[in-house]
Amino acid sequence: MSAVESVAAPPAAHPLRRALAAIGVQNVSLLLALALLVAVIGAQNTNFFYTSNIETIGTTVAIVGILAVVQTVVMLLGGLDISVGSQAGLTSVVSAMVFMATRSPAAGIAAALALGFGTGLLNGCIIIYGRVNAVIATLATFAAYRGLANLVSDGRAQGYTGTSATFVWLARGHVLGLPVLIWILLLVAVLTQLMLHYTDIGRNIYAVGGNATAARLAGIPLNRYIIGVYVLVGLVAAVAGVLLTARTGSGQPTSGSQGLELQSITAAALGGCSLQGGKGTIVGTMLAVILLGVLANGLVILDVNSFWQDIAQGGLLVIAVVIQQRRSGARGVGLPT
Amino acid sequence: MLEGTGPGAAEPVLAMRDISKRFAGVQALDGVALTARAGEVLAFMGENGAGKSTLLRIMGGAQPPDAGEIRLDGRPVAFATPGDARRRGIRVVAQEPEIIPHVSVAENVHVGSLPRRGRLLDRTRLRAEVAAALERWGFGGVVDPDQPGHTLSPPQRQIVEILRAVSGRARVIAFDEPTSSLSDHEVESLFRLIERLTAEGIAVIYVSHRMAEIFRVATRILVLRDGRVAGERLASETDEAELVRLMVGRDLGAMFQRGARTPGAVVLRLSGVTTGDVHDVSFEVRAGEVVALAGLVGAGRTELAHAIMGDLPLEAGTIAIDGTVQRFRSPRDAIRAGLGLAPEERKAQALLMRRPVRDNISLAILSRLAPFHLIRRAEERRVARRYTQELRIRTPSIEQEVATLSGGNQQKTVLARWLARQSRLLILDEPTRGVDVGAKADIYGIIDRLAAAGTALLVISSELPEVLGLADRIVVMQAGRVAGVLDRAEATEERVLGLAILDQAA
Repeated sequence: MSAVESVAAPPAAHPLRRALAAIGVQNVSLLLALALLVAVIGAQNTNFFYTSNIETIGTTVAIVGILAVVQTVVMLLGGLDISVGSQAGLTSVVSAMVFMATRSPAAGIAAALALGFGTGLLNGCIIIYGRVNAVIATLATFAAYRGLANLVSDGRAQGYTGTSATFVWLARGHVLGLPVLIWILLLVAVLTQLMLHYTDIGRNIYAVGGNATAARLAGIPLNRYIIGVYVLVGLVAAVAGVLLTARTGSGQPTSGSQGLELQSITAAALGGCSLQGGKGTIVGTMLAVILLGVLANGLVILDVNSFWQDIAQGGLLVIAVVIQQRRSGARGVGLPT
Repeated sequence: MLEGTGPGAAEPVLAMRDISKRFAGVQALDGVALTARAGEVLAFMGENGAGKSTLLRIMGGAQPPDAGEIRLDGRPVAFATPGDARRRGIRVVAQEPEIIPHVSVAENVHVGSLPRRGRLLDRTRLRAEVAAALERWGFGGVVDPDQPGHTLSPPQRQIVEILRAVSGRARVIAFDEPTSSLSDHEVESLFRLIERLTAEGIAVIYVSHRMAEIFRVATRILVLRDGRVAGERLASETDEAELVRLMVGRDLGAMFQRGARTPGAVVLRLSGVTTGDVHDVSFEVRAGEVVALAGLVGAGRTELAHAIMGDLPLEAGTIAIDGTVQRFRSPRDAIRAGLGLAPEERKAQALLMRRPVRDNISLAILSRLAPFHLIRRAEERRVARRYTQELRIRTPSIEQEVATLSGGNQQKTVLARWLARQSRLLILDEPTRGVDVGAKADIYGIIDRLAAAGTALLVISSELPEVLGLADRIVVMQAGRVAGVLDRAEATEERVLGLAILDQAA
């Protein structure tokens, strides 16, 4: 048999099927769920479709959205970062305090970023050099960073950034008719997507998460990647911290950042990330972020008891993962991974 | 002395007929028949891959046969699970037993059938029973019933596994290379235990490569070759030479091509390499030369490969590439120096199963394909297509998920990765394991072309015909040491197998 014969040409796929493959079945089901949700909420209350309401949804999900994007990257690598919310809280307080001391918003933001770099680096180093499981390591720093935030701030909101044009612009400004917050979310999501898709860094992240032994034997420096990704999370958590400060007008040690870690993990898992790593997409995570944002907003508009929101979120996640497991034909013994 | 010691010595307990089993293009067993009799020891011998382990797994209910019949005490039986086989009295003593960590030896022995008082575990009785069993079978003092599972040494783990088998009402007990981790004293205890088992009318099956042991314990010897029975002999009527002759003699000759090879400069030189179970290994591999690393599974060949790649630290000795001594701290360093490894477990150690063929081929050259970190995707596709065609990887497209390919095409994908990297020394660990016959011939062709083009190749293989067909030189390892080096001209299957399994003194 000749070489030409033995390599069969790719079967000419139906355009619809190709489109489906490009978007991903996972994402199609998220889109369907989103459409259904929008239809149900919209039918009950047409106020939902007001531009102002849609803008509200966008700005509300911006902070959790950027964290969900980097949480996706960590999960692709096979890790998890439970400390993102605490890092955001700590950097929020510090950005406000440095701003108050220097009166320079740039200094406040720079301090937050530098701190985020440090907290992320510490997470990575504990995991790699201490050989501590990523969940345990970030569970520890989750508590420690929050404690540190409360310590430096005496547990109270710090400073007032409402006088700074920069902070006000970040929270309420518009560019080309879109809120700055939404621009930042889009920027983080698009840059991350480009990195994952078009650079060797992104490809190697998938490789490390998909099969660490294979990645090592192919010459990929695992430690550098793992530490690098945790540093990236720290930096983005610092951006989230600055945005948190900007939105509330002061540095918040815990309120506002509490629960961000679980929300970001929820969004990533709902978007199709696997805890074993190597599987997940930014598009999926973004769809999940929007879905969760619409759900929360819809329940408010429909005047449903806000406690239902948490229950709905939990239910949605369980249903999504059960469907994923069924689809992948996963079976096995013991605890599912 | 073993014959006729039990009541009704020749009474068949377990009879298997026409047993066949096929895995992804490989016929592991083909019409095998055997009879295990009460009070006898039936030994299995055969090369790696001859089908001994598959036969044990079918016997123990871990895998169903594709065809054939199993009779226990004359009645046909079918085992759905290992538990089924155990309840019927068939016990397989695993070579690498599953031991539950952080749980005592006593509980490990009786796992699944712990003695109880009401709903509560009867620890006193449990401990006393296991202590008595240890004394009774001659392992007293070697293992403490209270010792937690994770602190056990390999021989202690083996003893726990043996106690599990003898603690129930067993009819047939199969030992899979039980002595590989035992000391001489413990081996003696094991042999006495086997004598007592046969005296009680239990049928014993004994799998080993060690000739001396076989002749010490076996009543009857069944030799397997390529999944078929090559012969059955009474131990009293055969000798080592005849068994080795029965084990070898497969014909794969037509599958090998040989281009003109002109060995060049020495690429890899090992001097006194020692790590873990590898001791004082020295040899060379030249450019344009295929060196086969032969030996039994567990002879330290895979460890040596990982040590060369910088994946395991050296305890002693040196590795020189092109005459310069190198200290690789990780596979990354070795790859930069021009080395590449296609590991033994390709799914677990080489492939990104959920990613396309293209990603898998380009994995080791991404940094070259990505100036300023941006992957030149057209170039990447071109490389992937080129090697897909050159190596005849059968896939609908380079975007196909690797998990959906056959074993042979997965292996070719791994080879393509290193060809794309243009590695100067390739280490291939069992490159044709689990690969169908067609892909096997293709892989032999690839190895030959690489050698002709000047690549240095170190091929680890447990298949003798493959070793003889591919190699310019054969390094045979036994128990972590080089047992001998044979040139192509002087190598025969008997000599290679002899160096791999016979005692060095003999």
